Amino acid sequence: MSVERVLLRRGLYADSVTLMQVSRELSGAAGVQAALVAMATELNLEMLAGMGFALPDSESPNELFIALRAVDEPAADAAGELAERLLSTPRRSSGAADSVQPPRTIGSAVAVAGAAAPGGSDTSTLALISVPGRHAFTEAMDALECGCDVLVFSDNVSVAEEIALKDAAASRGLLVMGPDCGTAVVGGLGLGFSHTLDRGPVGVVAASGTGAQQVLCLLDAAGVGVTAALGVGGRDLSEAVGGRSTLAALELLGADPGTELILVISKPPGESVAQRVREFAAGLATPVLFALLGEGQDDLTQASESVLSSLSVPVPAWPSWTQPVRPARPGALRGLFCGGTLCDEAMLIASAELGEIRSNIALRPDWSLDSTLRWDGHTMIDFGADALTQGRPHPMIDPSLRNQRLAELLGEPGTAVVLLDVVLGHGSHPDPVAGLLPLLSATEVPVVISLIGARRDPQQLEACALRLQQAGAPVFSSNAAAARHAVSLVERGAR
Amino acid sequence: MSPRLTGNPPEVVSAGVGLFADAAAAQGARVTEVDWRPPMAGTEADLARVMADPRRQPANEEALRRIVSTEAYLVDVLPAGEALGLSQREFLHAGPPIEWARTSGPLRGALLGAAALEGVVADPEQAAALFESGAGYSLDPCHHHRTVGPMAGVVSASMWLFVVEDPATGRRTYCTLNEGLGKVLRYGAYSPDVLSRLRWMADVLAPLLQTAVRRHGPIDLKAILAQMLQMGDEAHNRNRAGTLMLLRELLPELIDSGAPSAEVAEVVRFVAGNDHFFLNLAMPACKLTLDSARDLPGSTVVVAMARNGTDFGIQVAGTGEQWFTGPAQLADGLFLGSFSAADANPDIGDSAITETAGLGGFSMAAAPAIVRFIGGEVADALAASRRMYEITLGEHPRYSIPVLDFRGCPTGIDVTKVVRTEILPQINTGMAGRLAGVGQVGAGLVTPPAEIFPKALARLAELAQPALPG
Repeated sequence: MSVERVLLRRGLYADSVTLMQVSRELSGAAGVQAALVAMATELNLEMLAGMGFALPDSESPNELFIALRAVDEPAADAAGELAERLLSTPRRSSGAADSVQPPRTIGSAVAVAGAAAPGGSDTSTLALISVPGRHAFTEAMDALECGCDVLVFSDNVSVAEEIALKDAAASRGLLVMGPDCGTAVVGGLGLGFSHTLDRGPVGVVAASGTGAQQVLCLLDAAGVGVTAALGVGGRDLSEAVGGRSTLAALELLGADPGTELILVISKPPGESVAQRVREFAAGLATPVLFALLGEGQDDLTQASESVLSSLSVPVPAWPSWTQPVRPARPGALRGLFCGGTLCDEAMLIASAELGEIRSNIALRPDWSLDSTLRWDGHTMIDFGADALTQGRPHPMIDPSLRNQRLAELLGEPGTAVVLLDVVLGHGSHPDPVAGLLPLLSATEVPVVISLIGARRDPQQLEACALRLQQAGAPVFSSNAAAARHAVSLVERGAR
Repeated sequence: MSPRLTGNPPEVVSAGVGLFADAAAAQGARVTEVDWRPPMAGTEADLARVMADPRRQPANEEALRRIVSTEAYLVDVLPAGEALGLSQREFLHAGPPIEWARTSGPLRGALLGAAALEGVVADPEQAAALFESGAGYSLDPCHHHRTVGPMAGVVSASMWLFVVEDPATGRRTYCTLNEGLGKVLRYGAYSPDVLSRLRWMADVLAPLLQTAVRRHGPIDLKAILAQMLQMGDEAHNRNRAGTLMLLRELLPELIDSGAPSAEVAEVVRFVAGNDHFFLNLAMPACKLTLDSARDLPGSTVVVAMARNGTDFGIQVAGTGEQWFTGPAQLADGLFLGSFSAADANPDIGDSAITETAGLGGFSMAAAPAIVRFIGGEVADALAASRRMYEITLGEHPRYSIPVLDFRGCPTGIDVTKVVRTEILPQINTGMAGRLAGVGQVGAGLVTPPAEIFPKALARLAELAQPALPG
């Protein structure tokens, strides 16, 4: 007879990644059958219900719950104590001068950082905001008032707040990257999900996180580095936001003597915004190329090739690890992505051949998947979409939800081929390949992998590729190439 | 100059997912991590509106500039009737407005005593009927009359007041003279000896102090406050050095005043024997500086914290005269003699004006001698002051804390920061007996009720310009 406990804790907060680690450790403890430690957001409560637990009587998403199921009372007690201990272990703060009490707001942290900075140091301060979206505006505004450029990783920030932040930044001569900015490289430092890159002649302005990651990694494969990659947030080039950060980033890179070429990566913007950005770009002394992801446009790999051509750098054969090739099968194509732009690019390529593809970020409104994310035909799911990340870590950090779906799909007869992205680099899971290997080895279904990584990334690109290949999966460094290969494995007319 | 974002790697401050801070640090960046936690429940929309108000930052900068730069001089000592135009049946009290029916024991006791002192009734006990009748008298907060009063804070016409002035504007604030500790009116005692002490203060002490102050000329109170912090006072629960410095200024004038030497000796003995005498000068000095920040649209700075023994109220620079109130809390501390927590009244007095100005509990680290009030150690005092920097706008350029490397006192409580961090202002306070007539029962630490800060924030959000939609 197992023992079930659901405890509520007020005034205790930990970020979703920390909670995931606590949950994982707790689940592995002796005598524990199931455990979930999370903030009481709607999504997390739903997950708790899904695990068969009675829901706690929570009043606010600021409450933290500890749910565990154990074989007996002593095991439950021990697990409860372990949870409390794990939650009370303070995070160490790297480099903070005031070791007595860590700062509690961005403004306070800027003061601490300023006090600790070496005298006359020639550096600016950048604020990295990844708090839950509904709190991000306050911290970001605080940062701007302290004179910091800001990277807002958080999603679920309203358009009105985004505009207010970007206007506040403009009036102070600062840059807001985001909201929902997944990647940036500034002063050689990778922030968010990013890569270890050489310094080089290209400046990148990106309204797409994983789109930028793909391009940066391909340039890296060709031996070309960057001065900076400035994210602007996925909505920056919308009519409402009007390219506020894109223009600011272009101005910044245009004034940088080390930047020989600027690449803007985005979905095709609306007419008036596109015109404004193009006019502004035309006024810069530095040439500006556009990689606009959409129907009839170049894909990211072709855009990267254009950059190389402009720099008179030969285009290499993009690395792939593709032996042995499995034969085409009947059934549907299933894409399971962590990167939204990678998913989008794959859908554009695949739908040109296969037609309708259902998705939670569908190319057309009538191709939308409902909340079950299930459909008989071709589907592609972006697990990094806002609705799937509320109160839980991004799938690049914790791919378990995506991997769980992979396991289900591999067991379904309707699955012809699965297309996956694996994204390496800073911020990503320390070994995103490990969780896939047992699934790949145990299936006959072809699984095609788009592997996004730079040569010097901490997870070791080459080794990851070889491990995946040995488990039977063809691996491509070009997401477009991976998508084309996956399409080629779907037996036509079968669906 | 290294170009921004393309040159040297930036310093990083990070709030949120620790993994990203770790990833930046692993690449060799200098990273300062925020110990971020969600704000008080249900406040995120109001916070966003107030944070988006473009008037807020300049208004707060102006508020802080005024608070730290406004001068405060003791210029006179006058009867309340003359200084404030109070009549015999007009009574002032500490804290936000309150009607008799809701008053606490110590405030009742002080009002009964004051009514007898003014001759409205012969015996204090008879005054209860008057106050219960609801007519024939007026009851008003000190703060509404440019005045502050410690504990019950009761002011009536015949009590004398310190007059504190800002020389730049001529603005004045007022406070009664401190009676000492133990059985005193401000703690709700009203026995015959309490009233006779008050009469002596009005007949002998105050007129002589008036003569001395007038002979001396204006006394710079902020200069004394700045020195006190270097001498172990925090100007709320410890005013020993301040009292002696005041006496040092006035002593020659007292001796030379022409008053009989026995009277001078009696006055000096009284002042020197009351370590809290200077509190009643620290308070109006703080109020004077804080009042300079009132009525700054958009500002989120607290300009008054005050308690009447029932309610705790704050006023904010950007919301005019409105009080945001909640139940006054019981202090945590030490008790005199055989008194215990059961004997204590909830928090009372205008003296939290010192904390509002960055002194008292905010500068606890400057007064290690009184850390035993929190039953704690010197490290607790340091931690308490450090914590207050998280909820204040800046550091005072003249008031500094030696043990924190002469860091300026944490000054200018920002409502948004209190709501964001859930760190409540720390107040050092005396404790009055729950029942009228008892007097002081202890001293300790207290905080405001948390809910008054979201209330103030909600009003600031209503007034914010331009409003964020949604």
